[in-house]
Amino acid sequence: MSLLTCQDLSLGYDGREIVRGLNFTIGPGDYLCIVGENGSGKSTLMKTILGLQAPIDGKVLTGDGLKPTEIGYLPQQTVVQKDFPASVWEIVLSGCGNRMGLRPFYTKEEKQLARENIEKMGLTQLTKQCYRELSGGQQQRVLLARALCATRKMLLLDEPVSGLDPKVTAEMYDLIESLNKSDGITVIMISHDIDAAVKYADHILHIGQEIFFGTKDEYVAGGFSQAFLKGGDD
Amino acid sequence: MSEIFEKLSLYLNYPFVRYALIVGVLIALCSSLLGVTLVLKRFSFIGDGLSHVAFGAMAIAAVVGLTNEMPLVLVVTVVSAVLLLRTGQNAKIKGDAAVAMISVGALAIGYLLMNIFSKSSNLSGDVCSTLFGSTSILTLTKTEVWICGILSVLVIAVFLLFYNKIFSVTFDENFARATGTKAGAYNLLIAIVIAVIIVLAMNLVGSLLISALVIFPALSAMRVFKNFRAVTICSAVFSVSCALLGILISILAGTPIGSTIVAVDIAGFFIFFMAGALKGGIKR
Repeated sequence: MSLLTCQDLSLGYDGREIVRGLNFTIGPGDYLCIVGENGSGKSTLMKTILGLQAPIDGKVLTGDGLKPTEIGYLPQQTVVQKDFPASVWEIVLSGCGNRMGLRPFYTKEEKQLARENIEKMGLTQLTKQCYRELSGGQQQRVLLARALCATRKMLLLDEPVSGLDPKVTAEMYDLIESLNKSDGITVIMISHDIDAAVKYADHILHIGQEIFFGTKDEYVAGGFSQAFLKGGDD
Repeated sequence: MSEIFEKLSLYLNYPFVRYALIVGVLIALCSSLLGVTLVLKRFSFIGDGLSHVAFGAMAIAAVVGLTNEMPLVLVVTVVSAVLLLRTGQNAKIKGDAAVAMISVGALAIGYLLMNIFSKSSNLSGDVCSTLFGSTSILTLTKTEVWICGILSVLVIAVFLLFYNKIFSVTFDENFARATGTKAGAYNLLIAIVIAVIIVLAMNLVGSLLISALVIFPALSAMRVFKNFRAVTICSAVFSVSCALLGILISILAGTPIGSTIVAVDIAGFFIFFMAGALKGGIKR
């Protein structure tokens, strides 16, 4: 069984097609990295998987008991969030929103879940802190805790290390890896960082002029990635 | 000092003064609740835009000769609010430009209509009182006070029931949508509530000063407090206190109510600004 299947997907916006003929499946416990140049359609693919945008053609199917609204999403930071007055607690708790339906308030279980995820991300000391006063790495961990409240199965990470310094970047990658390995959470990550993608992921999806989908070993072995690997060193 | 209290208790015997206080406090409370969301969503100016739309609708009502203009004004404003918040997301004309366009357009058309068709001899007085709400709060009828009360209770109830959703949608609309919150529906709800508040608030401060009621409490609270709930509660308290103080001062000093409230709001903002600077030290 696969958690997520994309069938003959064509992506784009305003009726303009960017990517066509995208086919891939993701199984439980996979770690997929989506790489490609700027403007190749990585973010559009992510929005389509999340249901924020309709595909031009083809289908995104979820299976194995995963509902489309149960994908934990780690977005890139928006301008609005930079000066938003919210505590870590409020933000993480809002990840439980997909369990609520029309119920107006959070239950004890949801609050407990939020507490657990805050602890898992090592943020317990900062629970009452204001989000905008945290460091970049701490902010990412807050958003990751929120995403974990929304899912038990699959995380979608949109360039989770952009703007972080090398040390924090490494910590972030380790954290994601432990979620994947120890908690068995499927990870889909958009990344510019090919080296890290090859190091951590087990599957690679490369979109652009040519599309590649396969395991990391196939990607490294095939001459396909060489040019991009060299070019992506900077 | 006792003179002031004597004067106040004398005025408080008049029902219209009591009405003004009740309506003033309710409107201040409602407008401050959504102010936080609007400021954070970069829609600070929607209050201004919509109030000008309401002004235009009032002009039309006056020209057509409607005795009760409230329903027409309410409908027109709600429709504009929905359109404005919708264009904010994906339109060819971006949010701030659309607000500016509608705001200026409605103001011009409203004044034009009043100018051409008005039977009143004191046109500039009429326009001035619609824009600045100079006297209308003192001429409220009992029915208007009731309507205002019921709508305020509705607004507050909606806000409390959907507080958590409003937070999610304001903080991160994409995440909310991806995890199955109907962000579009909540944006619509926010738009309708804002329109209702603005039509209510026109009685108090007039269309020009509504933005102040929406923005000042939120911005002041955000200087000092660091989480959403505290900011919301603080801005509600701030807004109500300023409105009360403003109305009392204007009664005692005989100044226009709307502008006096806004002046108190501005003073309050500076106090909070200083407090925030002291609290944050050199950091900010």
